Amino acid sequence: MKRKASSLRSVFGMPALIALLGAAGLFAALLGDGWWDALAWIGLGLPAWYSIRGVCR
Amino acid sequence: MKSQTIRRWSFVHTWTSLICTVFLLMLAVTGLPLIFHHEIDHLLGDAPELKEMPADTPKLDLQQLVLKAQAHRPGEVMQYFGWDEDDSNGVVAIMAATAGTEPNSSHTFMLDARTGDAVEMPSANGGFMMTMLRLHVDMFAGLPGKLLLAFMGVLFVVAIISGVVLYSPFMRRLKFATVRHEKSRRLRWLDLHNLIGIVTLTWALVVGVTGVISALSDLVIAAWRNDSLSAMVAPYRDAPPLTALAPVSRVLDIAAEAAPGMVPDFIAFPGTRFSSEHHYAVFMKGGTHLTAHLLTPVLIDASTLAVTAVGERPWYMDAMGLSQPLHFGDYGGRPMQILWAVLDVLTIIVLGSGVYLWVVRRRAAVPAVQAEVAG
Repeated sequence: MKRKASSLRSVFGMPALIALLGAAGLFAALLGDGWWDALAWIGLGLPAWYSIRGVCR
Repeated sequence: MKSQTIRRWSFVHTWTSLICTVFLLMLAVTGLPLIFHHEIDHLLGDAPELKEMPADTPKLDLQQLVLKAQAHRPGEVMQYFGWDEDDSNGVVAIMAATAGTEPNSSHTFMLDARTGDAVEMPSANGGFMMTMLRLHVDMFAGLPGKLLLAFMGVLFVVAIISGVVLYSPFMRRLKFATVRHEKSRRLRWLDLHNLIGIVTLTWALVVGVTGVISALSDLVIAAWRNDSLSAMVAPYRDAPPLTALAPVSRVLDIAAEAAPGMVPDFIAFPGTRFSSEHHYAVFMKGGTHLTAHLLTPVLIDASTLAVTAVGERPWYMDAMGLSQPLHFGDYGGRPMQILWAVLDVLTIIVLGSGVYLWVVRRRAAVPAVQAEVAG
């Protein structure tokens, strides 16, 4: 049981973090400009960065 | 996860994706130029340019703009006046043969609020960008086209969810973001499909769901007309049709008084689908970043100019209003636009690699089946 939980965390840990940052960023940019927008750039930039790194390497 | 369970999810993932892939590819390809429609309009010279005039040049009275618009397109009636975000001197006018004419048969142009001069907006009425937009919105097939695309959007969402479920058995023994470049081409694309699919999850879900909501906009507006609007204009049910309209000169002031702190977004003239036969409907947007996407209609009697009602905002109209920025990616500056385009291209890669992986696996399965049959 314990092993199962830890493997789930190791598989979905990073994806969950990226997904949450993405959601937070998409919502934050609705609330204002400037720093709020920057949160969206980070939230959407991470998926773009990981993907492009995966394709290019 | 049991192999039986994996096989079931795999079946769901394969078929929901395969069915929607062609449509999703079309949406991703046509959506790409639409992200930059402002910039492309400027490049092509299709963006309306207003004359340079001193900053304090007074604006014409709104009724004078109506007369200018009617002089510009004799025989047609006003449907909408909208306010341009880029240039406060520009008023977008939409006219058609009748107030109830469907949007694709209307003519959109811009009026200079200071002179009343009409400036054409070619990309709002036809041309390359309009073709992209129509393909993206309804494939030139009206409501059935929109509903089909909405259904494809639902399949896309199911494909994403089943993809997330399948992510774990594939990635159990691999570190996050591993791409096995040195092994086979199939493994490389499998890893890329899994990686790009999982990191673009939030974006794809948000764009997918808001796309479905937008595709259902006709139904949402019909619900609003049946529900909210008909209750507000109930006293007018048996009123005779209007023969003359009171001038619109003061409607913005009247609406601003009725909805303090809000800003006009557009006026729907009587007989359009955003108003009744007897009202000017001024749609007011909120003053904050978030509420600027939420519209409150102020209904003004088109003969007495008395305020009939300030509408409530049903949740589905708010959902539709908020879906727009979240689908277009136009609310977070240029970096967001560029990221939107990058994520769009990445989605194309996920769709393409998905088809590739299916073909490769099928091809591999055929000899096995043949062997079985022969045996």
